[in-house]
Amino acid sequence: MIIIEPEAKRIMLEDALLAYPDECCGFLLGVENGSERIISTSLVVNNAKEGDKKRRFEIAAKDYVKAERFADENNLSLLGVYHSHPDHPAVPSEHDRVAAQPFFSYVIVSVINKNISAIRSWQLNEQNRFEEEKLKGYQFV
Amino acid sequence: MATVIIPTPLRKFTGNTAKLQVSGATIEESFKTLSTDFPDLKKHLFDEQGNIRSFVNIFVGDDDIRDLQNEKTTLSNDAVISIVPAIAGGLS
Repeated sequence: MIIIEPEAKRIMLEDALLAYPDECCGFLLGVENGSERIISTSLVVNNAKEGDKKRRFEIAAKDYVKAERFADENNLSLLGVYHSHPDHPAVPSEHDRVAAQPFFSYVIVSVINKNISAIRSWQLNEQNRFEEEKLKGYQFV
Repeated sequence: MATVIIPTPLRKFTGNTAKLQVSGATIEESFKTLSTDFPDLKKHLFDEQGNIRSFVNIFVGDDDIRDLQNEKTTLSNDAVISIVPAIAGGLS
């Protein structure tokens, strides 16, 4: 189960709307409490993809290193990544799967016609396939 | 020995250790040692042909090894190696 606290959620959704019709991306930080992940901080990151940002996102290595450092300095864990799917469902693509890391929660925000349509979270399983992770309270907004 | 910084998503394969000391004169040697010591880490670092995976970036200090000598990059005793996962995705 993943819980995204209101301020972290607000920042993530605002990023998704501001970036539309491009994809946005960022990191999710917080704490793990048994099987629960509580996200307290969203870090907005520039979509470094050159070319079609409407269909792709990429995070620069320096931004990744900054996020790890931020987590370390603030006693948080880097628990996941969010990105948006403009005018598409909040379901990971094959491209998402191939590039995905183990352990991380992948939160996808679907933005349809400039409105938030859905938020869903996914994690790779042992077979390297995405499985949906229960997202408390916010599956559909 | 060089220090290797393990990124959060791979720490479950190193017993939740974030920093490791590893021997080896080059990136290739140190990563072989790392794979021997932590076999579950191997598939996340190397592809089936034994090359470093395309979604894994390796830095020595602030430099990407692709801008140095790739796997043949030599390491000083106080080298700091960072494994940085490439984060990407998007619509199909």
